Amino acid sequence: MEKNNLKAWLYLLPAILFLGVFMVYPLIDVFVYSFEEGYNSASQTFFGIGTYNYSYVLRDPYFLQALKNTFILVIITVPLSTGIALLISLGLSSIQKVREWYQTIFFLPYVTNTLAVGLVFMILFKKTPYSDGLMNLLLGLFGVSPIDFMDGPYWAKMFVLCFYTVWVVMPFKILILTSALASVNEDYYKAAKVDGTSAFRTFGRITLPMISPMLFYLIITGFIGAFKAYSDAVALFGTNLNAAEMNTIVGYIYDMLYGNSGGYPSYASAAAIILFVIVLTITCINLLLSKKYVHY
Amino acid sequence: MKILLENVTKIFPGRGKGAKEVRAVDKFNFEIPDGKLIGLLGPSGCGKSTTLNLLSGLLQPTEGKIFFGEDEVTNLPAEHRGVGLVFQNYALYPHLTVLQNITFPLENLKGDAKLTKEERVKRATEAAKLVQIENLMDRKPGELSGGQQQRVAIARALVKMPKVLLLDEPLSNLDARLRLQTREEIRRIQKETGITTIFVTHDQEEAMSISDMIVVMKDGLVHQIGKPQEVYDNPTNLFVAKFLGTPPINVFAGRIQNGALYVGEDKLFDVSADAKPGDVYVGIRPEGFVLQADGPLHCSLSRVEVMGRDMSVVAGHPAFLDASIRAIIASENLAEISGDAVNFDVKPGKVLVFDKETEERMYI
Ligand SMILES: Nc1ncnc2c1ncn2[C@@H]1O[C@H](COP(=O)(O)OP(=O)(O)O)[C@@H](O)[C@H]1O
Ligand SMILES: [Mg+2]
Repeated sequence: MEKNNLKAWLYLLPAILFLGVFMVYPLIDVFVYSFEEGYNSASQTFFGIGTYNYSYVLRDPYFLQALKNTFILVIITVPLSTGIALLISLGLSSIQKVREWYQTIFFLPYVTNTLAVGLVFMILFKKTPYSDGLMNLLLGLFGVSPIDFMDGPYWAKMFVLCFYTVWVVMPFKILILTSALASVNEDYYKAAKVDGTSAFRTFGRITLPMISPMLFYLIITGFIGAFKAYSDAVALFGTNLNAAEMNTIVGYIYDMLYGNSGGYPSYASAAAIILFVIVLTITCINLLLSKKYVHY
Repeated sequence: MKILLENVTKIFPGRGKGAKEVRAVDKFNFEIPDGKLIGLLGPSGCGKSTTLNLLSGLLQPTEGKIFFGEDEVTNLPAEHRGVGLVFQNYALYPHLTVLQNITFPLENLKGDAKLTKEERVKRATEAAKLVQIENLMDRKPGELSGGQQQRVAIARALVKMPKVLLLDEPLSNLDARLRLQTREEIRRIQKETGITTIFVTHDQEEAMSISDMIVVMKDGLVHQIGKPQEVYDNPTNLFVAKFLGTPPINVFAGRIQNGALYVGEDKLFDVSADAKPGDVYVGIRPEGFVLQADGPLHCSLSRVEVMGRDMSVVAGHPAFLDASIRAIIASENLAEISGDAVNFDVKPGKVLVFDKETEERMYI
């Protein structure tokens, strides 16, 4: 018995070491930093322990801007991308023959570099002395005067960021949903058909519950992913996100560490802990809701 | 309601390059009498499920017509046919309770047929009573045994009071004891409701034991239709003869010569003068053997398996085409067997002769 236990711990050791060094220790460290007031990374000293870092961060207009941006991004892109992905997947799974072929196409953006996709978006949206961008060209057909999407009003930039985020996360969601749809046993649909179930009811009462675990998985990871958004904003608006009013929470944390205004690990840690608490809360709410709506 | 199939044919296109098309059902003609239990029987892949799907409307026939009563339903979609269908894997909705599963078809009713919630629950409870699962209504299918799931599936098919009940291999996922019990149950439910029922199985014993009539299929073709005992006693060809009966029929290479039937060198009995001479297959049912010291069939004895009332004499013969002959004989004759040889006489009614070429039955 004793020996067995020792063996078990030995097997676990690599994983524990790895997780401990790279996950648990930093987590605790961040937590500690966030309460150390006036920490100086050069001299490794601090004045005292307290909640000043939090009150600073929560009063910092840049952080509040980042918080607002992140929430808008989450609230718009998660439902939208999941909804559109579901529609496209439903369409795809009804065209049996070209499904695999289409899957590749829809998956391409997923394996394409974020920054490369950012470049494409530049062409779509960027206003230059020579062109107003494809989007404005399109809008021009409907008599809309050109909008500066990349440097113009807040809502236009937010639109581009949301559009981009939805675009980037879509392929993964489509991939997951098409396979979830394909894994629903054909017999359920046959049974429903013989019983005279309408297509709408079949979708609501059979398809949706059957794929609900996958849908739920996508929503949770979608929330977490959107809360951690950063590279997308950089790809579109460059590294000075505060100036562009397009910063996200993770962007703010990064800036606090390394940006032009950087060198404040305490503020960064406090912001990171705030983000952690937000994500944890939302995920818990999601889990509670899932008990009610997700089957199995 | 009686069902009429006229030349019903279903051809599936071949999959892949140069693949041949599949004639899953080929010119099926049958008038199913009202209120009977029909066993659709055949080896795996012979087109039983396809036939059932053609009846349910999930598939459209390539050719031919289907009538329910006087109405042609060939092109009527499944949702308007009013059939109850039970799947081999039951296809119970896993996220719904038993009650919700059974009321599901009722919630689809529209217009005049629309039911209130109370009526739906009442109908579901009646159906559940019929299959004796009324105490399981709040469970999910995952919390039921195979036999219970089967009953739920039948209740769900019955609740909308279908004119036709179709069961696709309903017992194949059950263990041996449950299978026996459930097939009696299906018979009882069918008798009680009087619904025309078609029951698909690849197990001949199952079909024989509960069906009013059986249809024997192979490779999309209907080989024989009739009452189980008639088909067993009078199979039209070698396939049907081999497919029905446990233990299976014993097939020998034989011939008709000089007005007599021979198995190897053994002359079994005289046949009518106009029987065509030549090579034949001779099938002898296990119960067609009689122990007789000077009997015409000379066999080598392998062993005797006594199973209570009967015993199974396992023997060999040079002209026998399979591994070993099995003869079923009353156990009281055990004393007559000894040594390593055994001689049999045969009951002429249990000896079936088939043409060597066509494998069709020869009436001699
Ligand atoms: N959708 C289909 N496409 C092509 N071939 C099929 C299809 N369904 C069945 N078949 C073929 O038709 C034949 C009969 O199948 P089926 O009716 O399922 O047999 P059974 O139920 O008697 O085992 C088989 O050879 C099978 O491969
Ligand atoms: Mg089948």
